[in-house]
Amino acid sequence: MNIILIFLSAAIVNNLVLAYFLGICPFLGVSKRLDTAVNMGLATTFVMTLAAVITWLINNLILIPYDLPFLMNVTFIIVIASLVQLVEMFIKKMSPPLYRSLGMFLPLIVTNCAIFGLALFESLRGYSLLEGLFFGLGGGVGFTLALVLMAGIREELEFADVPRALQGAPMTLLIAGMLALAFMGFAGLLSV
Amino acid sequence: MILIIAVLTMGGLGLFFAIGLAIASKKLKVKEDPRVKKVMEILPMTNCGACGVPGCSTFAVGLVKGDIAINACVAGGQEVADLLAKALGIDSATSVRMLAVVLCRGGDKETRKFATYRGDKTCASADLTGGEKSCSYSCLGLSDCVVSCEFGAMEMNDNGLPVVFYDKCIGCGACAKACPRDIIEMHSESMKVFVYCKNKDKGPIAKKHCDVACIGCGLCVKDCNVEGGIVMKNNLAVINYESCPQDDSTTKRCPTKCILFDEEPKQIKEVFSSKAMKVASGS
Repeated sequence: MNIILIFLSAAIVNNLVLAYFLGICPFLGVSKRLDTAVNMGLATTFVMTLAAVITWLINNLILIPYDLPFLMNVTFIIVIASLVQLVEMFIKKMSPPLYRSLGMFLPLIVTNCAIFGLALFESLRGYSLLEGLFFGLGGGVGFTLALVLMAGIREELEFADVPRALQGAPMTLLIAGMLALAFMGFAGLLSV
Repeated sequence: MILIIAVLTMGGLGLFFAIGLAIASKKLKVKEDPRVKKVMEILPMTNCGACGVPGCSTFAVGLVKGDIAINACVAGGQEVADLLAKALGIDSATSVRMLAVVLCRGGDKETRKFATYRGDKTCASADLTGGEKSCSYSCLGLSDCVVSCEFGAMEMNDNGLPVVFYDKCIGCGACAKACPRDIIEMHSESMKVFVYCKNKDKGPIAKKHCDVACIGCGLCVKDCNVEGGIVMKNNLAVINYESCPQDDSTTKRCPTKCILFDEEPKQIKEVFSSKAMKVASGS
């Protein structure tokens, strides 16, 4: 039961993008087209889930027993960077068109603070390994959800008559704000 | 003691991930076409996007695949097209050189000011309020185009209008995109006749705003000996660049001298700069 709560909390109620405002860069950068957004979300989910598990292992098996919590930030970044490299190679091999459409944003998952934030939250809240796994999965699903919602709206927006001063970034930021407001409605759903 | 453990931990983790990635890179290696690298070496690598694909690396892949024409690199021009043809062992095609043309001659001297603009010094923001000049189609004179040019091919002259340097312009079209009023257009080098005005107001109003505006009199349309070479659209003479004869037959009788033949000043950057220096020093 606790696992389900953690998953839902990370995916919807405490959505990393729309409640914590982490990972805004890819949220705005890769949300122009729906199919790219879905793929970016999947890549990030993969990195997030694996990162949650590996950082938990490193944290609980190495850093805490040897009294090295000050190395947390550095090691987490190494883990995330290596995972992103792996994903990049994998996508380049499996789907060159996707590799091209993600472009610079794929290696930039390294600097996606949503992933780093997720790893830090995980150790801060003292989750168990299984809880951590679902926390990572939930965070990834939440990120994908936010990205897909945004991309869907922006695709529809292409046909809308936006005032010239608001075209592009201003309109996108306004929509991001409204999405975040809408997600606040989930706040009373559960508290984890 | 803790220092040693910390170093060992970091080193160990680093080594672990490095080995993991090394294995992965061997397993997931993608074979790249060696010709792509060759093409990349020849391309100017300006990533200007004038060819229509994002960046030179995409161009190289497309060219090798055969999706892109060999003469499509605008920045490189004929020289690069020839080199590419040689490297790939195919016939070279002639490359059309594109140049930016500023289609407004209403500088500070020819136009009237009806306001003072104190906002952000970019054309994009000035355009939202209308700018300083009373003509709402004119060049705003705040040099967004000059800033957008990565090749140093544009500069503002002392009349507040941008000048394109013939020797520096590679035809990437960045300035045309930057201009909020679409005054700058990209045209092939062989085009000589241009209407240097975008004003769609009726004649008397246009004339009031600017000395060199198109007043829609239609003389050039009558003088054009090719049917549809020049047409009137919304009080503005519009040239059909495919059929309009490239000579001075249409331009002689223009009362405001806004349609001109071979007027695009073939400015060379060094000459322009030295002239500007002379003016500045007062000699």
